Amino acid sequence: MKTRVAIIGAGISGASIARVLSKYENLEVHLIEKAPDVGWGVSKANTALIHGGYDDDPEKYPMRAKLCIRGNRLWHQWVKELQIPHVWNGALIVATKEEDFDELEKLLERGHKNGVPEMRIIDRDELFHLEPGLTREAIGALWVPIVGQIGPIPAVIALVENAVANGVKTHLETEVRGIKVENGEVRGVETNNGFIEADIVINAAGLYADEVARMAGIDYFEIHPRKGEYYLFDDDVPGPGRVLFPTPTPISKGIVVTTEISGHLMIGPNAQDLPPEEKDNLATTEEGLREVWEGAKKLWPNLPPKSRVIRTFAGLRPEPTGGDFIIKAEEEVWGFINVAGIRSPGLTSAPAIAYEVAEIIQRDLGINLVEKEKWNPYRKEITHFFMLPPEKANELIKKNPAYGKIVCRCNHVSEGDILEAIERMKFIGVKTPSVDSVKFRTKSTTGTCQGSFCRPKIVQLLAKEYGVEPWEVTLKGKGSEIGIGDVKALLRGEEA
Amino acid sequence: MEPMPQISMLSYDVVVIGGGPAGMAAAVKAKELGLNVLLLDENDYLGGILPQCIHPGFGLHYFKEELTGPEFASRLAKRLVELGVEYRTAARVLEIKNYSDLEKVVIFTSPAGVYQVWTKAIIYAAGARERHAFEIGIVGDRVAGIYTAGEAQTLMDIYGILPGKEVVIVGSGDVGLIMARRFALEGAKVKAVIELMPYPGGLARNVMILRDFNIPLYLSHKVVEVRGRGRVQRVKVVRVDENLNETGEEFWIEADTLVISAGLIPSVKKLKKIGVEIDPATGGPVVNDRLETSVPGIFVAGNSLLINDLVDYVAEQGELAAESAKEFIEKGGIESRKWVKVRKGQNVRLIAPHYLSGDRDVYLYLRVARPMENVELRIPEIGKKLRLPVVKPAEMIRLKLRAEEIQKASEKLTVEVVRA
Repeated sequence: MKTRVAIIGAGISGASIARVLSKYENLEVHLIEKAPDVGWGVSKANTALIHGGYDDDPEKYPMRAKLCIRGNRLWHQWVKELQIPHVWNGALIVATKEEDFDELEKLLERGHKNGVPEMRIIDRDELFHLEPGLTREAIGALWVPIVGQIGPIPAVIALVENAVANGVKTHLETEVRGIKVENGEVRGVETNNGFIEADIVINAAGLYADEVARMAGIDYFEIHPRKGEYYLFDDDVPGPGRVLFPTPTPISKGIVVTTEISGHLMIGPNAQDLPPEEKDNLATTEEGLREVWEGAKKLWPNLPPKSRVIRTFAGLRPEPTGGDFIIKAEEEVWGFINVAGIRSPGLTSAPAIAYEVAEIIQRDLGINLVEKEKWNPYRKEITHFFMLPPEKANELIKKNPAYGKIVCRCNHVSEGDILEAIERMKFIGVKTPSVDSVKFRTKSTTGTCQGSFCRPKIVQLLAKEYGVEPWEVTLKGKGSEIGIGDVKALLRGEEA
Repeated sequence: MEPMPQISMLSYDVVVIGGGPAGMAAAVKAKELGLNVLLLDENDYLGGILPQCIHPGFGLHYFKEELTGPEFASRLAKRLVELGVEYRTAARVLEIKNYSDLEKVVIFTSPAGVYQVWTKAIIYAAGARERHAFEIGIVGDRVAGIYTAGEAQTLMDIYGILPGKEVVIVGSGDVGLIMARRFALEGAKVKAVIELMPYPGGLARNVMILRDFNIPLYLSHKVVEVRGRGRVQRVKVVRVDENLNETGEEFWIEADTLVISAGLIPSVKKLKKIGVEIDPATGGPVVNDRLETSVPGIFVAGNSLLINDLVDYVAEQGELAAESAKEFIEKGGIESRKWVKVRKGQNVRLIAPHYLSGDRDVYLYLRVARPMENVELRIPEIGKKLRLPVVKPAEMIRLKLRAEEIQKASEKLTVEVVRA
């Protein structure tokens, strides 16, 4: 009989674990997520960096130090296998004062200790040759070529699609309400959709990992939400070619200036610790955004007028007690594995975390993992009309005219792209039609107009494909419906 | 010129980009003038934004009678079809290339495939887009229930969806006021219209809506924050001082819907890419009196030129652009012995066209920076004076200048609005 594994949380950690565990013949893997789609928690709003691994002190944070560089190396392979949008453009940690070089030397040394290749300190001339738009106060930098950027939600989606293709079963809109433990062993998870039997439970619940752990009687850590806010600019605003960090201070890694993978200048984050009960506080604030703006300006003085901002957003990072990742099989509850406190560099570390979990299952739980004879490591990226050369687009349109019809005018996303996105939502078990699910798969609604032209059209397509009324289509899950009924609903005295 | 194998090629005298009132009027006129014209529009239907403007108030100048938006659009569309103008809907322009004055390429995609169109002239009439909540600095939760006015209008009047029931409207421009009425008519409660400036932003006839439907207007106020879980629950309003800086005075309004009507911006990104010079004041291209941009043979009309109040003027600009395209194609270019530069004087916020030849009569379109009463519009260089009882930023001034008047100027003309 197969060993049943329940992974709680379909963020970047849970999805990576699901993919890696889908390789094994003797596991039956269930991926459980309370949101309507995957990657909507911590993975959704962050700086989207694949870090270099020089930042984490191996004495203080051994897990982070070990898994970050390993994760970086694995991502170089995973982005190819899974066709995840990415860029390997390197990072510059910029010095503006002579003392900053002491700190950069420290980072360089730590990088060497962690096994980071190709790092070096560069002088002012080379720095300005690389990034002419930097502050004139810059005097040198640490150059880390292995740093890159990926689309974090597209990455989660790719991982889950690949996992599902390899037999993983998803349970979306499924909230864990309890962990059943008998005789010191896990038996399964209780959810709003019934009981899911499991021999192994992997807690990858992000901000809620402490609450899930407590359901199993494990109470030695807490997760604090730490908010980070960001600005995103229109795609004709010039940004840097590389990821720019200020020299870190003891308190902060600083505000990053970067051109994200879709070509938008992005600045952020600040760091604001919130009380533990505010794990759903994703509101941007005037003060926070001011801090981001001022911080970014120190590195990139030519910020455009605020009217060129196309979006501001905030994300929460799960800060664990102690600061290091908590990745281990808990001794008092056999079969319960914590993957908790996956704060920065969690996105980078995710593939390495997944292999770490596989090792824990073998080493600590004594389950011999048997590889499948046929496991498919590949997953094809969704069609993006805007990436196709005209002759390729034409071939596709001949087969399916929907690919010739543009829905999102800012980013040239076609109706065909969107229908393909909806098919893929259904493939991984998305039950509630949401504009955000389409957005994260196609980049529609993310351009200059932020969806004011195309959102109503996407709503129509979702309504038709899901067989619901258009006003029942949501922006981001139940409670965020696009409308309250048909246009005469209030006059008839009805409302949805 | 790079060859594009497997891409169907078409050839026309003029391609009109955009099938709204400016584009349709341009295509009709071009056809009447004997040009071989192709009209492209990205929507499934012609008319641009008009089909969702179901209120009356259109066409008093152009058709000499009051029409609704869909009626105005269908009149133009009917004429277009009668004349046999070639048009394609669901056709989105991907790129414009300018090889030489009379050799341009428009690449578009459609359900029938990707096409490259060789053309001598282009009339760009792609309209405008709306400012959204992020651009005007609203912070807080990114939840459902926040719509631009145009999006709310599309949902209601194209797709028959009611967005919400308790509405706050940001901006007292025409679109905001018309949406206030639209929501009220469908039984929603419009709790407030919030206007940043100390005066309303719409045409007088639309400001009346507030009284008719008993909707509170907060002048010198702005919405700064939205809070809600899943959907908007409340919005924070702050009073601003005379310099538009936030005062400490603030309050919250409970609402499930926030409609942003904070102005329009000409959609000219594709023109910028080929080097068309843009006027930061209008947001549209710098043009001469034929509505030709800084790239010869590319003409612009309607809200891509500058934001208009009246569709009649938009159609008028479309016709002029078509006449100009004809002239351009016949003569191989638009030429003038001299170009008189139009300058903004006192209390003129924006003005177009920017260069006048003096070879023909022109309409100048301008807006003032602040409202004033009992004023004189003056052009000192040619001794022109015009008394106006009242001027408002919300109301575009359309001023006819005769060729002989323009000829009196040597290099420049300054248009100013001063106390009489």
